[in-house]
This record gives sequence, C-alpha cells and structure tokens, in this order.
Amino acid sequence: MLHAFLPSILGGAVVTVTVALSSLLIAVLLGLLGAAMKLSKSRTAKALATVYTTVIRGVPDLVLMLLIFYGGQLTINELAPKFGYNDYVDINPFIAGVWTIGFIFGAYLTETFRGALLAIPAGQREAAIAYGMSSRQVFMRITFPQMVRFALPGFSNNWLVLVKSTALVSVIGLSDMMNRAGMAAGATHEPFTFYMTAAAIYLVITTISVLTLKALERRYSMGIKVASL
Amino acid sequence: MLNVEVMVSSLPLYFSGAVVTLKLLFVALFAGLAAAIPLAVLRASPKPWLSRPVWLFTFVFRGTPLLVQLFIIYYGLAQFEWLRESFLWPLFSSAWFCCMFAFSLNTCAYTIEIVAGAIAATHHGEVEAARAMGMSPFTLYRRILLPSALRRSLPSYSNEAIMMLHGTSLASIVTLMDLTGAAREVNSRFYLPFEAFITAAGFYLVLTFFLVTLFHLAEKRWLVHLAARA
Repeated sequence: MLHAFLPSILGGAVVTVTVALSSLLIAVLLGLLGAAMKLSKSRTAKALATVYTTVIRGVPDLVLMLLIFYGGQLTINELAPKFGYNDYVDINPFIAGVWTIGFIFGAYLTETFRGALLAIPAGQREAAIAYGMSSRQVFMRITFPQMVRFALPGFSNNWLVLVKSTALVSVIGLSDMMNRAGMAAGATHEPFTFYMTAAAIYLVITTISVLTLKALERRYSMGIKVASL
Repeated sequence: MLNVEVMVSSLPLYFSGAVVTLKLLFVALFAGLAAAIPLAVLRASPKPWLSRPVWLFTFVFRGTPLLVQLFIIYYGLAQFEWLRESFLWPLFSSAWFCCMFAFSLNTCAYTIEIVAGAIAATHHGEVEAARAMGMSPFTLYRRILLPSALRRSLPSYSNEAIMMLHGTSLASIVTLMDLTGAAREVNSRFYLPFEAFITAAGFYLVLTFFLVTLFHLAEKRWLVHLAARA
C-alpha cells in the first residue's frame, strides 16, 4: 500500500520544507529587527521587543497558530464588507501557517541574534569606525561575518525546532506531509506505516540540516583557533 | 472589544483544563527524568555498545516532531491486531495514556542529552581525585558525577520543562480537554477565537512564569557555588 501513496507523501514533504524555509525567512527578518530593537537606545523599542519575545516564548505554538488562524479569519471577514467585498473569505492555511511560524521563531531568533551581537567585542567596531568605514561597511565587513559565527549554534537549534513545529500546520488544514500521511492512514487503515514514513522523512530532513549547519559552522569558524585537549 | 463575559463564564473550563495540562506535564517530566538519568549514564559511557543504542533513541526522538510520535502511538499502534488483542490494549486505546507515554519518551530523549552532556563536561580532576580515593565506579557516579552533573543540568533542564509544558498542548489534538482543548471548545461554542485563545495564552504565560520561578529558586538552592561573585 505504501508505494501507492508515496508520491503524495513526498509531495507533502516538499510542502513541509517550503513552509519551513518561508517561515525561516520571516523569522530571520523579525529576529534581526527584534535584536536591533533590544540593543537600541530607545526605551519604547526595547520594551516592545521584550514583550514580543516574552509573550511568544511563553505560549505554545499550537495556541498561537490557532489564535492567528481563527482570529485572522474572523478579522478578515469582518473587515472585508467594509471594502465592498461580501463573499466569505477563507484564510489560506499556507499563509497563516508561514506567518505564524515566522512570527514565533522571530522571537527565538531575536534572542539568538542579540547574544551573537553582544559577543562581538565593541573595540572591533570602534577600530573599524576609526579606519573611516561607513556604518554599512562596519556591518558588512566586521559585524555580520562574526555575528553569523556566534549565532550559528543557536540558529541551528532554532531551525531544528522550527522544522518540527511545521507539523502543526496540518492541524489548521494545510496539506503538508502530516496531513497527507493522515489521509493515507485513513484510506488504507494502516496508520502505523504512514506515520512511520512521515517520521522517517522528518528524520532525513533534520539529519541533512544538522550536517549542512555543521559545515557552515566550520566555514564561518575558519581561522579560529580552538584549544586542543 | 473582547467579550469579557464569555471569558469569565468559561473560566471553570480553563481551570479544569489547566489541571489536565499540569497532570500531563508532571507525569511526563517525572517519568522522563527518572528514565533519563540511568540512560544518560549509558550515553556518556566511552563503550560504544552502551552509548550507541541510547544515542539512536535520542536521535530518533529529537529528530522527529512530537506530533508524529503522538500519532504513531495513538493512531499507529492500533494497526497491529496482536496489540489490540493483548492485555495492553486498554492502555494504548486511551488518549490519556498515549499522551503521557509519548510526552515521557520525548522529554526523556532531550533530558538524556542534557544530563549526558553535563556528565561529560565534569572536570577530569574530580574524577581522578575520586579514583585516587579508591571509589568504585558506582560510588564515583553516586557521590561525584551525578550530584554535580544534575545540578549543572538545571538551566538547560528548565528550558526543556518549559518546552514540555508547551508540548502538552498537542494533547488537545487527540481529544483531551487540556488548556488548549478548553480554548478550542470555547471557540467552537461561541466562535470567539480571540477571547478563547488569548485566555489560554494567559494561562500558559502564568504557568511558564511559575516554572521559571521554580527553577530559579532551585538554581539558587543548588547552583550557588557556580554563581558569579559580585
């Protein structure tokens, strides 16, 4: 029975990876913004970013996802008639899922990026300014490459948790790998076979991620001396 | 804006949901930790035939989503006729048991890695000193390695406990009426998603702060010797 449903489940795996990568993009942008806000001198920006990271990291992903999905649906349908649109609007679960996961992991990445920025000695930035670099050059040549190195271990962790969180989009009806495994399980009465297949594919995705991120860590730590024991 | 009346009138539902959430959390954390300690000792062992099987377990459970693990246990195992006819079936057909089982295995895997990491990070001098004092391997673990490694695990373990608290929300997907289940019930009854899920989020935030405070106190009690001196 497995081979009949395998193409569908593999298609679902593509959806899962697409959701993960799209939400990562949003999360990285929000994380950079959040880290910049937390390290800025403005009190309002700091407070706003602190509320964001505290609330998001204190509430389960599933609750946030249901809140954004159902709440967004309600809001859009209340707003749509005001713009002269009277049909019922269904929220696209792909967009709802990607934004929710992006929004959640933006909070985790804020902390990762903030820690990485703080790990760069201030003297380096001062030296760069003394050399006459513009603030853009300071960021591109000095801050960014080192921030990547310091952020990679935390980032790897965040990414692995993110990939696993994407399984939740099946709950709001997106036809991802979990959703399709569930369909196949229902049609064949072989739930074990199909959920195990999904688990194996997740394992492949996380293993590839770990290997890739390890290689990146080596790349960005080039020239860094480590103590040999 | 928010319909406060509905929020207040459904509070009893949330409180009973919070009890379910806490029950799931404490059973999972307790069973997970109890199994994780001996397994972490094996995981930290230099002998591959002891550490590899445990590594495989943590690799699989940390590499797949909790939702898949829960579905394999709750829906998947029913595929096997021999299990449905065995004495274990009353257990595996109950959503309660399946949730506790899946959550315990999951948190166990993460806890093993935390504790094994702490064991491996013990200063080699401490182990040499204990050996020089003539301690047997068992005494070495009981007196030196485990007390110190478990203390040093506290900060990472507090993160794991909070992740598990959030993980228990998946119980609502397999019909349990935990906090998230209560929120979904309120949402489907009144179609008030903001009221329903914001109330649940508030409850989770309170529980998260409660856990954070608890671990903070535990660290103050057991990790004072590692605190930064002013």
